[in-house]
Amino acid sequence: MKTNFEKKRRSKEMLWKMIMYVCTIITCLILVFVIGYVLMQGIKGLSVNFLTTKPSYLSGNIGILPDILNTVYLLVVAIVILLPLGVGAAVYLSEYASNHKLVKTIDYAAEILSGIPSIIYGLVGMLFFCRLLNMQTSLLAGALTLVMMNLPTIMRTTRESLLSVQTGLREGAYGLGASKWRVVRTIVIPECMDGILTGCILSAGRILGESAALLFTAGFAHALHGFMDGITSSGATLTVALYVYAKEQGEFQVAFSIAVILLVLAVLVNLSAELVKHHYKKKKEV
Amino acid sequence: MNKAVDKVMQGFFLLCGLITIASVCVITVYLIISGIPAIKEIGIVDFLFGKTWASTAKEAEYGILPFILTSVYGTCGAILIGVPVGFFTAVYLSKFAPVSVKKVVSFVVSLLASIPSVVYGLVGMLVLVPWIRKAFHIADGATLFAAMLVLAVMILPSIINVSMTALDAVPKKYEAGALALGATECETYLKVSVPAAKSGIMASVVLGVGRAIGEAMAVMMVSGNVANMPKLFGSVRFLTTAVASEMSYASGLQKQALFSIALVLFVFIMMINLLLRKVMAGGENKS
Repeated sequence: MKTNFEKKRRSKEMLWKMIMYVCTIITCLILVFVIGYVLMQGIKGLSVNFLTTKPSYLSGNIGILPDILNTVYLLVVAIVILLPLGVGAAVYLSEYASNHKLVKTIDYAAEILSGIPSIIYGLVGMLFFCRLLNMQTSLLAGALTLVMMNLPTIMRTTRESLLSVQTGLREGAYGLGASKWRVVRTIVIPECMDGILTGCILSAGRILGESAALLFTAGFAHALHGFMDGITSSGATLTVALYVYAKEQGEFQVAFSIAVILLVLAVLVNLSAELVKHHYKKKKEV
Repeated sequence: MNKAVDKVMQGFFLLCGLITIASVCVITVYLIISGIPAIKEIGIVDFLFGKTWASTAKEAEYGILPFILTSVYGTCGAILIGVPVGFFTAVYLSKFAPVSVKKVVSFVVSLLASIPSVVYGLVGMLVLVPWIRKAFHIADGATLFAAMLVLAVMILPSIINVSMTALDAVPKKYEAGALALGATECETYLKVSVPAAKSGIMASVVLGVGRAIGEAMAVMMVSGNVANMPKLFGSVRFLTTAVASEMSYASGLQKQALFSIALVLFVFIMMINLLLRKVMAGGENKS
């Protein structure tokens, strides 16, 4: 009787463990499959010509240089605006804010922002930036939409590392007669560089992968522009270009080649996030 | 001079803090302003519970019940498939996996999270859709089922990460106590640690619901995008894809109706947000 019970118990134990192993393996296999399949299909389409020319209906050439440049412009503009705003908001919340209610409201607002789907950002971005502020369909409007979307990310990471700034450092500086802004500038911000960097990297990752919010704000154009012209005119980023090539034009080869580039970027973003974490962890331990 | 700079900077930081509130207000106000007129014109009952969406027909009909049901079914399906896989992976990573395995799989999960949704859509479109067509002998594989599978994959990372954090935070003494009483490892972790981490795990599910209901591009590429009432092996259209697919050419009442759909989606998301807050608050009160 007892041995029977023990046997049952042991086989149950084995069963649960098996389920866990299988689920973990499924998770890993999905990644391996997606990456493997995309590489297999896409890598043969990559060529210097593909990366450095623009598409032309006359010659039937397909090149993605405009899309790459659009992505870079969008990323630069969005991060340059996002960085001071996000860090500023985090600093305000942890260094300046004295009104408890206001802090709670800001926190709640950030929480709501992080839950809103990107398609809604796209719509509101279209109404607010493109129409009301008269920016038309442009990369700048797209970048501003993405700024709204990524504010919570950079606020969160910056705040997390602000928490670890020692109060002793702050108090020491105040004791020496430093003004608040001076303390923030010389003590607080340098000490939370890791959070700021992580926030930037995570936001960059999201910006590179975003498509739904950009469809109606930044548009689909494939024209080649310099930076200043680029941000004021409509342009497809890599993700939007992938969507257009795959869904509207049926050019799957091109879509997969773009997907390869996007995956490489995703890996780079993740690796640099790890690197930053590692680097600052070591530094803090010393 | 110094004092002036100090004041200016304080103002700047305050402004930054207020921008989040301003963004939420802009989004809410704009969705309501642009969403209400069409609902008024069509009539709220006809709009929400109408079974036909024929926006380009001569006698246009704007009923979004098919979209609402598709979004609800699609999300439920994604949760049913994705949550068990994510949950057991999280338990394994948090409680059984050696440090090196945990590191590697965590990296895998964060990579999964950062693959753009269009890439999932592309792979789904060219692998999953043909496979479903062959496996189930139907004319077109672009179905609700395909969308569920893609969504299930896309919510995996948030489910795993959030559940894992919750499980990691369970006090070691609970587990040590159960083990010392003779419970096996699985019994301990599933019957002691999991209930202790319940609110975090619930939060991960709610978060997954939010992700799934808001996803647009990937499901647009695999779901067929026809405004039918939802059928597991039929071509369907979600709330998100309804907005995205007609926006570029819509005008007049049709365009306004699209904004109303966005408003409905927003209301769904806000309800999920409230639920998430409640779940999280419940967890905090207990501990």
